[in-house]
Amino acid sequence: MSYQKSNFHHPRLPVNDLGLTYRDYEGALSTLCAGCGHDSITSAIIQACHELSIEPHKVAKMSGICCSSKAPNYFLNKAHGFNSVHGRMPSVTTGANLANRDLLYLAMSGDGDSASIGLGQFAHVVRRQLDMVYMVANNGVYGLTKGQLAATADKGVKNKVGDLSLFTDIDLCVMALQLGATFVARSFSGDKKQLVPLIKAAMSHQGFAYLDIISPCVTFNNHAGSTRSYDYVHDHTTTGAVVDYVPVKTEITSDCAEGVCEDICLHDGSLMRIKKLAADYDNKDAMKAMIDIEQHKKQGEILTGLLYLDPTGSHFHEVNNTTDTPLNQLDQDALCPGSRVLSSINESFR
Amino acid sequence: MSKLETPTKNTLTNAINNFVIRFANTNGTGSASANQMFAKAILRMGIPVSAKNIFPSNIQGMPTWFEVRVSEKNYLARRGGKSEVVVAMNAQSLAEDVQSVKASGYFLYDSSKELSEQYIRQDIHYLGIPISTICLKEYQDPRQRQLFKNVIYVGALAALLNIEFDALKSLVGDQFKGKEKLITPNIYALELGYQYANQHFTCPLPIKVERRDLINSRIMVDGNTGIGLGAVYGGATVVGWYPITPSTSVVEKFASYCDRLRIDPASGKKNYALVQAEDELAAIGMTIGAGWNGARAFTATSGPGVSLMTEFLGLAYFAEIPMVLINVQRAGPSTGMPTRTQQSDILSCAYASHGDTKQILLFPESPTECFEFSALSFDLADKLQTPVIIMSDLDLGMNDHLTEEFSWNDDKKYQLGKVLNAQQLDDIEQYGRYIDTDGDGICYRTLPGTHPEKGAFFTRGTSRNTYAGYTEKSGDYVDNMQRLSKKFVSACKIVPEPQINQGKKAAKIGLIYFGTTAHAITEALEQLKEHGLSADTCRIKAFPFNHQLGQFIDQHDDNYVIEQNRDAQMRTVISNELTIDPARLSPITNYDGLPITSRFIVQNILDKLSTELTKKQVG
Repeated sequence: MSYQKSNFHHPRLPVNDLGLTYRDYEGALSTLCAGCGHDSITSAIIQACHELSIEPHKVAKMSGICCSSKAPNYFLNKAHGFNSVHGRMPSVTTGANLANRDLLYLAMSGDGDSASIGLGQFAHVVRRQLDMVYMVANNGVYGLTKGQLAATADKGVKNKVGDLSLFTDIDLCVMALQLGATFVARSFSGDKKQLVPLIKAAMSHQGFAYLDIISPCVTFNNHAGSTRSYDYVHDHTTTGAVVDYVPVKTEITSDCAEGVCEDICLHDGSLMRIKKLAADYDNKDAMKAMIDIEQHKKQGEILTGLLYLDPTGSHFHEVNNTTDTPLNQLDQDALCPGSRVLSSINESFR
Repeated sequence: MSKLETPTKNTLTNAINNFVIRFANTNGTGSASANQMFAKAILRMGIPVSAKNIFPSNIQGMPTWFEVRVSEKNYLARRGGKSEVVVAMNAQSLAEDVQSVKASGYFLYDSSKELSEQYIRQDIHYLGIPISTICLKEYQDPRQRQLFKNVIYVGALAALLNIEFDALKSLVGDQFKGKEKLITPNIYALELGYQYANQHFTCPLPIKVERRDLINSRIMVDGNTGIGLGAVYGGATVVGWYPITPSTSVVEKFASYCDRLRIDPASGKKNYALVQAEDELAAIGMTIGAGWNGARAFTATSGPGVSLMTEFLGLAYFAEIPMVLINVQRAGPSTGMPTRTQQSDILSCAYASHGDTKQILLFPESPTECFEFSALSFDLADKLQTPVIIMSDLDLGMNDHLTEEFSWNDDKKYQLGKVLNAQQLDDIEQYGRYIDTDGDGICYRTLPGTHPEKGAFFTRGTSRNTYAGYTEKSGDYVDNMQRLSKKFVSACKIVPEPQINQGKKAAKIGLIYFGTTAHAITEALEQLKEHGLSADTCRIKAFPFNHQLGQFIDQHDDNYVIEQNRDAQMRTVISNELTIDPARLSPITNYDGLPITSRFIVQNILDKLSTELTKKQVG
């Protein structure tokens, strides 16, 4: 917008393997409300990308329309972004991914964008196992149109003007689990300690990674009686399992009592150390994860953490058997069969 | 039976290589492939032929017709009127079918059951063949009894119409290549019909074919195949689609050619990606995502799908993303007549989406042009960074047409438009996505992942400045909209020019038409000549319109815009875009769901002229 972001920064900011500081991962100045949960997500993404030494220009930032869909403008200035049509980010990302399988697709969506207008596209992109990180900033409310209830709002809650949420809420984590997502997690924008490793793990995961982030709307859904307010989420969160993401070349040093930790090897050799807070927590069982989410909900609790992970699952290009070279880089020789082939095709029409 | 065979009827004259045969079948019985074989046998005898499948939106059990026109003069549009020969294989439609025979024509029917009195006309010839009885005797399997019925009547027609039996035999061989077991029984069935006709009727009839050499290098193929193949040649790699008649076979053909021609020889992996989307919204969303990312991408649909895609078409126009949309038009609105033809999406496509939008349209007339325009559309979309819509229709897309063979120039290179690579970005001081450096309204784009430091920008459907920054400043918005207008003017210079046929001195009448209406034009001109009228013609190949169209209209007193929709949509667009008084353009509109005929065109012109004459006389 009209504000310029300052380029001034501390001369000795830590640099990552690429020699970049976290400021190299920033975007434009946010125009969201002061205190918006989405800005915390933005800063978690910046931290995760910096710490993982992601090449910013190898990321494609995808979004639809809503407050959360504006967020990609506020991180990774050196990456291309596409703010598409309301509810249609999944299809645009699908096309982009088919065209170039070598980029990292970081997608931001909201509850209106994914659970209402775009529910069909959400369901199908999960089903198609697209290799992408799909983040939903879930605040249970429509911000840009000033406070209408979203489909993810819990049944029985009231919005700011007192309208009651009359119908069953849609839980996108449960849907993602049911539709075969190979990485499903829920977190809270206010819990960076949990969120940053989850984003790192999602970015390293090969396949469809869904990350539902409860992100309170300070303006329209932060009142008493809301189940998406900062206070409510702070007080009603249970964590099943947290992750510690360990890049391939780093030795695991974090200490962890035996029996509650499990290391999962990802496709690139990096490790995900899962620390189970509940002794019986099992993140390999999608069915159980669904039941856990619903049971916690019944008790008024929000279950967070890594809910499900299948590091061996395949993704679209494997299923499609797409060539390794990104399709947008194939040259005419690989694409055009030429005139000789055409003569023989003509023969088949005589 | 004697009353049926009494030759009290006249004999049709001028019926060598010049007649229409109409097959009445039940859909789902395998008749279409037998009828196509019939048409192709005539083609292989060197005689021009056209075939129109008039089918219901149904899988099994409803009446379906197939019209084959044989014309030495290369009149290949639907002729209209009654047919010289009717093959009646559907009891449901017998009453209508008997009436569709031209006086002195022939009615071939299944005489296993005696024909009821009500179907007897005194002015036509009846050819009864007990096809069901023959099949019952020859075949055990019910499906075979059904399928071979069709082959038997084709065999009989070969004897009756003088079709070379060898031409049929070679077609059977081609059709069942790889399934040799099926060749002998099919030829046997052909023989059954052939022998029966020879033994029971005087063969050949006065209506017949005679070998000619009039095909040259032409091929017989449908337009959807042309488009699908054109997309392979044009370098399309990403397709998102949702099935809808009559566009489905565009993608199916693309897929089957890719399966043969687009497999990486070393790895066996696919050099393309095809996704059957959940709906048309997703189909075009995928196409746009791929186009944004630098792959050549298309989707194919028909009118209802275009309606669903319009929000995205607005985004692609405004965000300036190359993509190709194939619209195989059918009769609307709503579900309309999904298996009948029309050209009724001109307005909805030319101005597709909310706000001020104008889309590039191409209007192919033949499968050959389907192939060429399909390949061309990817160059145009990349050069203009905008959607290009190919406006085909059901008749062109799904019926086989005699058409010039497909050709490809191996020296021709894909034109990818203004896309900057890393080196070029290094040479630029400051990159701005929407800076009109060349003054043609077309700016330089970059693809994700190109350069670590430069060239990244945020694509959006909201207003932006020349550096792709979000803005709501009126001036920035207006500048951008004006640049998009300028780009549309640039498009005018590179889209295909109209095809104009005009003598040194302009005729009084000017015929303006596009797409499949072309098939009826040569014949219409001949018929106009018989009425002492001559006309010049202008075939529109693209929107935006070339200035030559405006000149053509200026040069003619009586301009007719001939199209296949109710509201004269092309006439509206012409009046609107070229600021022409609509009174200068008389509409001729055919919208009954069947391909337009020359008779319809000529009759409309004659009516208009006689009305004017009456007005003058009264005045």
